[in-house]
Amino acid sequence: MRPAMSVEIGSLKLRNPVMTASGTFGYGEEFSQYVDLEKIGAFVTKGLSLKPRAGNPTPRIVETPGGMLNAIGLQNVGIDAFIQKKVPFLRSVNTPAIANFFGYTPDEYAELAARLDAIPEVAALEVNISCPNVKQGGIVFGTDPGCAASVVAACRAATQKTLIVKLSPNVTDIVEMAQACEGAGADALSVINTLTGMAIDLERRRPVLANVTGGLSGPAIKPVALRMVWQVARAVKLPVIGIGGIMSATDALEFILAGATAVQVGTASFVNPGAAQEIAEGMEQWLAERGIADIRSLIGALEG
Amino acid sequence: MQFKAMILDNAEVSPGYWRMRMTAPPEMLAARPGQFVMVRVNPSIDPLIRRPFGVFDVGTLQPAYTGAAPQPYLEILYRVVGKGTGMLSTLHDNDILDILGPLGTGFEKGPAGEEKLIVGGGVGLAPLYLLAKELVKDSPVRLFAGGRTRDDVLCITEFERLGVECYTATEDGSLGECGLVTKVLEQRLDATANKGQIFACGPHGMLKAVAGIGAQRNVPTQVSLEGYMACGMGACLGCVCQGAEHSAENPDYRCVCTEGPVFEAAELKWEGN
Ligand SMILES: Cc1cc2nc3c(=O)[nH]c(=O)nc-3n(C[C@H](O)[C@H](O)[C@H](O)COP(=O)(O)OP(=O)(O)OC[C@H]3O[C@@H](n4cnc5c(N)ncnc54)[C@H](O)[C@@H]3O)c2cc1C
Ligand SMILES: Cc1cc2nc3c(=O)[nH]c(=O)nc-3n(C[C@H](O)[C@H](O)[C@H](O)COP(=O)(O)O)c2cc1C
Ligand code: FES
Repeated sequence: MRPAMSVEIGSLKLRNPVMTASGTFGYGEEFSQYVDLEKIGAFVTKGLSLKPRAGNPTPRIVETPGGMLNAIGLQNVGIDAFIQKKVPFLRSVNTPAIANFFGYTPDEYAELAARLDAIPEVAALEVNISCPNVKQGGIVFGTDPGCAASVVAACRAATQKTLIVKLSPNVTDIVEMAQACEGAGADALSVINTLTGMAIDLERRRPVLANVTGGLSGPAIKPVALRMVWQVARAVKLPVIGIGGIMSATDALEFILAGATAVQVGTASFVNPGAAQEIAEGMEQWLAERGIADIRSLIGALEG
Repeated sequence: MQFKAMILDNAEVSPGYWRMRMTAPPEMLAARPGQFVMVRVNPSIDPLIRRPFGVFDVGTLQPAYTGAAPQPYLEILYRVVGKGTGMLSTLHDNDILDILGPLGTGFEKGPAGEEKLIVGGGVGLAPLYLLAKELVKDSPVRLFAGGRTRDDVLCITEFERLGVECYTATEDGSLGECGLVTKVLEQRLDATANKGQIFACGPHGMLKAVAGIGAQRNVPTQVSLEGYMACGMGACLGCVCQGAEHSAENPDYRCVCTEGPVFEAAELKWEGN
């Protein structure tokens, strides 16, 4: 018998727990040649802002052992172009599309939430309060529980849709942040965004990235992400979406055991554009081989 | 397209420069000059992200004995600069690589019959061979190949075999003219009253000089750029370059992997970096 793979995140029903992470999967269309989008649970689009954003100067990316640093700076088309140019594609696929977004003030966050709420093709909202690459906004909301709560509350008031809050790992106490978001009305938490890091070019005695620092992603961050998912899942009642260095079905299942209801695959899609689909299929196979009837029986089933 | 390629040949053609031939699916034969592939140099997580390489050549091997199917192949020409290219150079015949491609937007051929001036610096010659192969079908083609020393001037005999007239220049004078290849290009443009079209690939400084020459003499110029790429398909936005109108207030970033790597030189910003 095929194991049951479907899970729920708020009111969002997913055919399986594997999504693609914001900023690593474009607006979905870029990857449609390589992934059968109907084989994954959902995909999350590139972080949106009210106005288009240009992003940072180059170099924006550098590889580090087992990972990469990026300082894209949230380059995106802006909400108007998103509606005009990207939403028609979302209509054509039978897989939930989650819109990731960010603002510079709680009002901007709320305005974006309201505008995304009005788009039927957007299945759920993921609020990014954690981008490390934008000086003015982002990070402030992601590191102060009070600020985070005010942003989440503003978004909550603006949307009926499932509201996911994406947390930053660049904090002293992630549990405190998670609880603040839960208290303010989040439906689910994504854990984690990238870890702030840096690379140096020794010969030139300069930082490699034009922005000096960037966000670390990929296998190198998996242990940190697993720990944070485990901590957060125990401390809140909300479903947690595990993110960070997931490259294989095994990695994804470890996150589920640690307490994640679903996972997001990020950097792995660059390495292997079909990664999310292969991970979903691999998870199902793993369960089938062990006679496990329902993926949900594994959520938080870590022993000891 | 994503495919597994079996290495047929991997040999050092000049100190530090390697040429690799591998099997490819028939669809690869449709690769346009200037397009590139993303190569996963090994299946582990270090190096993690794929490495981009221009398509040096595609073709079909006719097996010596009858009955065997013809084998389409892909070739890349690469310079060993770091971890990924270092590992590539240790691979042998029959090793398997994972490839994405052909990706990106290639060169526009331009009108038949008109002189085509191809300018390459070092490993920048890599995507220009397939271009030359295409252009010689209906136009006279001249190659201007430059490098620091003679070891950096690659595969000239291959170009000559296509019927391309080749000019070389090295900074140390060890091959061809002493100095920059752009000087030789200017001499040719002087001789032909600025007729023709320029196609260039190489280090940024060379491209900037070529773009300047093209603009000054009103010769249409296309350049193939590099960018630090993670995905190769327009998703990560790591590879961008600046469009001509770019400014802090009015940002204009172009995606090298999907809008390029080939651009009209006049579309881009050349000051500063
Ligand atoms: C569209 C495109 C086509 C290319 N075609 C070719 C080709 O045909 N032949 C070829 O030899 N090279 C080509 N390159 C450059 C090649 O991708 C890099 O040299 C390679 O990725 C370096 O990998 P590495 O692991 O050996 O180096 P790393 O260990 O990653 O880095 C070593 C050094 O190489 C530099 N480097 C790393 N990546 C790049 C890059 N993308 N561009 C320029 N410098 C880089 C780094 O700054 C560093 O100094 C191309 C690049 C692009 C974007
Ligand atoms: C190039 C790049 C761009 C990203 N852009 C965004 C973004 O716009 N919004 C966001 O919430 N997270 C963004 N992220 C973070 C990822 O969604 C994810 O949280 C992170 O990469 C960790 O997962 P991974 O290790 O599987 O990549 C980005 C990551 C990368 C590598
Ligand atoms: S390499 Fe990812 S957008 Fe160009």
